[in-house]
Amino acid sequence: MAAVAETLETVQAANDGGYKWGFETDIAMEFAPKGLSEDIVRFISAKKNEPDWLLEWRLKAYAHWLKMEEPEWAAVSYPKIDYQDAYYYAAPSNKVVPKSLDEVDPELLRTYEKLGIPVQEQQRLQGIAVDMVFDSVSVATTFKDRLAKEGIIFCSISEAVQEHPELVRQYLGSVVPQGDNYFACLNSAVFTDGSFVYIPKGVRCPMELSTYFRINAKSTGQFERTLIIAEAGSYVSYLEGCTAPMRDENQMHAAVVELVAMDDASIKYSTVQNWYPGDSEGKGGIYNFVTKRGACRGARSKISWTQVETGSAITWKYPSCMLLGDDSVGEFYSVAVTNNHQQADTGTKMWHVGRNTRSTIVSKGISAGQAQNTYRGLVKISPKAVGARNFTQCDSLLIGDKCGAHTVPYIENRCATAKVEHEATTSRIAEDQLFYCRSRGLTQEEAVGLIVNGFCREVLKELPMEFAVEAQKLLAISLEGSVG
Amino acid sequence: MLKIEGLTAEIDGKPILKGIDLEIPTGEIHAIMGPNGSGKSTLSYVLSGREGYEITGGSATYNGLDLLAMEPEERAGSGVFLAFQYPVELPGVGNANFLRTAVNAVRKHKGEPEIDAMQFLKLARTKIKALQMSDDMLKRNVNVGFSGGEKKRNEVLQMALLEPTLAILDETDSGLDIDALKIVADGVNAMRGANFSSLVITHYQRLLDYIVPDRVHVLMGGRIVKSGGPELALALEAEGYAKVAA
Ligand SMILES: Nc1ncnc2c1ncn2[C@@H]1O[C@H](COP(=O)(O)OP(=O)(O)OP(=O)(O)O)[C@@H](O)[C@H]1O
Ligand SMILES: [Mg+2]
Repeated sequence: MAAVAETLETVQAANDGGYKWGFETDIAMEFAPKGLSEDIVRFISAKKNEPDWLLEWRLKAYAHWLKMEEPEWAAVSYPKIDYQDAYYYAAPSNKVVPKSLDEVDPELLRTYEKLGIPVQEQQRLQGIAVDMVFDSVSVATTFKDRLAKEGIIFCSISEAVQEHPELVRQYLGSVVPQGDNYFACLNSAVFTDGSFVYIPKGVRCPMELSTYFRINAKSTGQFERTLIIAEAGSYVSYLEGCTAPMRDENQMHAAVVELVAMDDASIKYSTVQNWYPGDSEGKGGIYNFVTKRGACRGARSKISWTQVETGSAITWKYPSCMLLGDDSVGEFYSVAVTNNHQQADTGTKMWHVGRNTRSTIVSKGISAGQAQNTYRGLVKISPKAVGARNFTQCDSLLIGDKCGAHTVPYIENRCATAKVEHEATTSRIAEDQLFYCRSRGLTQEEAVGLIVNGFCREVLKELPMEFAVEAQKLLAISLEGSVG
Repeated sequence: MLKIEGLTAEIDGKPILKGIDLEIPTGEIHAIMGPNGSGKSTLSYVLSGREGYEITGGSATYNGLDLLAMEPEERAGSGVFLAFQYPVELPGVGNANFLRTAVNAVRKHKGEPEIDAMQFLKLARTKIKALQMSDDMLKRNVNVGFSGGEKKRNEVLQMALLEPTLAILDETDSGLDIDALKIVADGVNAMRGANFSSLVITHYQRLLDYIVPDRVHVLMGGRIVKSGGPELALALEAEGYAKVAA
């Protein structure tokens, strides 16, 4: 780890409220009228110049959503959301669609640079291609041409709808059907942008692909849609990062992410979620209601989710794997940190259908302040999943005595030859550990950072290098002031 | 110079230190011996700033600094080091990372520049070699799965890296084999000098054959009941606390 000391210094210099990504970009924006209706759905579709089939698809989702009830089973509580009191489309209002980075509004690029995102292609050392999504639209994607040489498509989903409609039409909603759940259904009606990735047969993607989501505009919901398709024998590592300005209103982020892995394909999906969590009194922050699911359709395919969730006022998120192909593998590595009044209900679903399918779940929940942190997981093994195996480990770390950690593991095993193992622990940062570190010169906060990073090590080591460093810093920052 | 005057401290309302007076002039090594439960570790914790001890009276200054008013990390930054009687495990935290973070934290307190990972490795390898330890020590998690003796050696390695000017060694010799005992003593003796003081807590006279103390104190029931030269340790070994302290 880069010295924790270094990190805290940088951070303390950069912010007072503890959230250094909380600035707002001042740029001319175009909004849809406030509220949600069939007309708004049409407005979004028209803005994006979408083909009729997609408009029909959205309208169908909207009609279905109207009949659905908001779920209440998660261990989170929040005032009733007024879906009419938000903007469903907000985009920087430059008339021309930028064809290259040079044409992107410099103010936008500055925003991403300020957030530490490598936006210039010259920064080759980073080896990361980035799609930048600002409120409702993708503003730029780097390294597109370089990737195209390998036959890889990496662009915004809006662009994919125009350029590769057959692929989008084939896969959109094929992993997360419209009516899957309330938030996914809403997303299907009003999604605005997100990333699209297609890795052709046998291609190993030569660089990390990443999307950086930024909510900027006030009273705006972000409904992103991401679709990643890995053809037989291909490999891709994809990273996702998110931030938003500090505001005392709650803003909604309801994303849908669909992954498809064919025979022998492997998708590694990493998230560092750092949406604004609200202030220490619990005012403001993002409601993060996300549906992420991957389908291991091919034999020996593999989907690995790694997430570090430090932000959002509320996190409702269960990245899942449908292990359909024989010998396919699903992994879920998660760190969820909640401090102050944050609430997180997160976990995974591993659905074993194919023979000899294997899944691993490692969940590390950290609660401080008055926060509540719930791991909710389902391991479902169908009768045909002969020889299936699952290993689940859920560890909770409590800091202080006003927070809570909960573990809710469901197991549905319908196969006699399957093996399911579950381990869970709950611990506190011990006084002797803190004192030991402090007697070696570390401050209280550096000590907490070090111990927490140690607790999360098994998960952090799954992250790509650049993200691991970022994640370690985030953990330390998120827990600032949580002890003593 | 460490100067302790009339120091009293309680845990949960129970008096443990009942008026400690002790002076360790710079450059000297003093030993404290005393029966189990007499307050030796308590004294070492109070000097290094552990929470949970209520200081009810007296003072402790180190080179004029009011130790008792400082945070533990400030004391460490000012050159105070405690080798724990029971070193603490930090699961998931790599020893190399921990040691480097500690070295840099102390350097920062002293206003010295931080050292990078390469410089640290070089430094750590030199110290490890001098202490005849194995490089493996760096790869493992802090004290996790270490044998009793390995934990003690890790404490001595930390001392060697942090280069304190006041080292409190709380039973660092307990659990060490004879070879390790000599190595640890060599480690302490190597630091001996005009700017180094140490408080060595031990139950065994044998350690004091290797680290010859300037003074030996007997701590019983929260007070120093007797002080003398190295020969006091021999007398204790021969006759026991009750008789010597009487
Ligand atoms: N956290 C605590 N709570 C209650 N009593 C304590 C606590 N820590 C120490 N004590 C008591 O204080 C007294 C002194 O303990 P201390 O550990 O300082 O002894 P010691 O001289 O180091 O003994 P040993 O030789 O066994 O290491 C003992 O009676 C012990 O039980
Ligand atoms: Mg003791």
